[in-house]
Amino acid sequence: MNFSIENLNVNSKDQKEILKDFSLTVKPGEVHVIMGPNGTGKSTLSKVIMGSNDYIVHHGDIKINQESILSLDTCERSRKGIFLAMQSPISIEGVTNSEFLRTALSSKQGSNVGIYPFIQMMETAMKDLKMDDSMMHRSINQDFSGGERKKNEILQMKILKPNFIILDELDSGLDVDSLKIVCDNIQQYLKENPTTSVLIITHYTRILDYLHPDFVHIMEKGKIVKTGDFTLAKQIEKNGFSCVIEVSEDNVNE
Amino acid sequence: MVIRLEIVGLDVEKIKEISNIKQEDSWVLDYRLKSYELFEKLKDPNFGPKIDIDFSKVIYYKTREEDSIKNDWNDISCSVRNELCSVGVLESEKHLDGMGVQYESEVIYHNMLEELTKKNVIFTSIEEGLKKYPEIARKYFGKIVSNSDNKYAALNSSVFSGGSFIYIPPHTTLDRPLQSYFRMNSRNMGQFERTLIIVDDDSSLHYIEGCTAPTYSESSLHAAVVEIYVGKRSKCRYSTVQNWATNVNNLVTKRAVVDEEGTMEWIDGNIGSCKTMKYPACILKGDRSSGTCITISVASKNQEQDTGSRMIHLGKETKSTIISKSIARNGGNATYRGKVDIKESAVNSSAMVKCDTLILDDISKSDTIPVNICRNDSSNIEHEATVSKISEEKLFYMMSRGLDKEKATELILLGFIEKFREELPMEYAVELNQLLKKNL
Repeated sequence: MNFSIENLNVNSKDQKEILKDFSLTVKPGEVHVIMGPNGTGKSTLSKVIMGSNDYIVHHGDIKINQESILSLDTCERSRKGIFLAMQSPISIEGVTNSEFLRTALSSKQGSNVGIYPFIQMMETAMKDLKMDDSMMHRSINQDFSGGERKKNEILQMKILKPNFIILDELDSGLDVDSLKIVCDNIQQYLKENPTTSVLIITHYTRILDYLHPDFVHIMEKGKIVKTGDFTLAKQIEKNGFSCVIEVSEDNVNE
Repeated sequence: MVIRLEIVGLDVEKIKEISNIKQEDSWVLDYRLKSYELFEKLKDPNFGPKIDIDFSKVIYYKTREEDSIKNDWNDISCSVRNELCSVGVLESEKHLDGMGVQYESEVIYHNMLEELTKKNVIFTSIEEGLKKYPEIARKYFGKIVSNSDNKYAALNSSVFSGGSFIYIPPHTTLDRPLQSYFRMNSRNMGQFERTLIIVDDDSSLHYIEGCTAPTYSESSLHAAVVEIYVGKRSKCRYSTVQNWATNVNNLVTKRAVVDEEGTMEWIDGNIGSCKTMKYPACILKGDRSSGTCITISVASKNQEQDTGSRMIHLGKETKSTIISKSIARNGGNATYRGKVDIKESAVNSSAMVKCDTLILDDISKSDTIPVNICRNDSSNIEHEATVSKISEEKLFYMMSRGLDKEKATELILLGFIEKFREELPMEYAVELNQLLKKNL
């Protein structure tokens, strides 16, 4: 999927400016990382792409294959193939994982998905993620550990088969073993779906050891201030954000 | 359909007429007349929705030419059979051990597996029960719900017609539920069924009550009384999904007395009717007896659901649980009104009350009015209440997976009442889903 954000300005409902003149282009099959300290608008960016009502876009555009998606609501964006693995997935009482996901898949495909093939699909995907079978029939994320919630996000990804994936702080809540399992699954998915692009939002570099990015962007105060390759991420790991951001600000000042 | 008789308005002569039609014993007529006196004296409850009924216009009794209890659907008139078929009554019989159907004032159909007859299980209309089994009837009838309990219990006691009489002998377990289905089909109709259930010692019963009525502009009245005795170490579960049309005033008194180590469970759903006042109660009389009430109430436009449960602890080490889920939308009012009273004698008892309310918009209303009294030091009452809206965060999460807003809301609603749904027999749970979807 060709995905682009052009000069986006976004405010929160209480008129706080969060994204300023933000631009980003992601081509099919590319893996991009957005890094930056807390509070620079990274998570807002992911929710704005997904069409959250909590934010107001008052300038710029978000496009899929050159077509604006700003007028589409959240479910339509999802059906277009955008998937957001959320930072803190919410729990929903009384709605089972399988019921939810089968309804979601049916909505996306526009026709009812049969129970039997669906259960088979779920079982396979859950085995890949080393998830317990019982989670299929449990309420969405209810009494799930942080790690289980994150695995559940990737389970949904595997079933819904998106072509633009946003991973928002995927590694938070995941222990080393689980992170490896989850990343192996994402890698496998990308191998099978080579035109799928990924946008990783993180402030740790840990996840990049498993998912190698083509581009690394540093974000500060609502915009991208520096772009580089994997070595930029390594530089941050070594010296922290401050040096990178200071350098860029110096550049701006010159 | 030829109407044989229709009694509109109420006085002593009319009550005598009803009794005469039913050829009752004199003790039953006496009871009716005493109850009528009480009805005239008693006022409407001083709480809950304002009830405004013109008692002179209500049809208190109505039968048609062909009405008498049949046990074969082929003997029931085509139009009535088709009407009942269209609301799924005939289909549901497959899942039951026995079924009764009441149309307006009289029970028109009754059937039960033969093996239950051999086990001496009694499942018949209240009229038959009072006539054929007076020794059981006189011991319990009117003793669990007194005719002076409230105005509508008094009214029911004076004009009752139809309803079930069930007796489960000791050491008897039924594999599948018994069910009664109540249908009203006339304008201004009043339905006053009376149910008496006795589950003798060491036995168990699951009883299901279903009810519907088509919508007319004139209001109808449904004032039922249900009395249940749960014997020692016995278990009774009473499940209802009430879906009266939204012009029916639904004022029902339901109460169970539970003996030693007995268990009573009320599974009570209220989706229809305009004004409902219903508080299924357990009198936990025997030591170590327990009571559970799981209710849902859905109030939409022009609906007031004033529901809840009452748990009265008398015996030692008694236990009660109330789970109430209310949904208010389109201007409806869903109110929880409940009472837990742990008496002095009920040492080492415990009660748990959990009331959750979901309000879907700014024009709907909900109140939680609990009364919790603990009269001894060794017992405790836990109370938990939540009121919430459908959270934007949950909607966003579900929509981000491709569900549209309506579908996401529907799943959240069904999820909210899952605790209730999972207690219903499968086919009822499916029907409940359909009902809620239709009303969304």
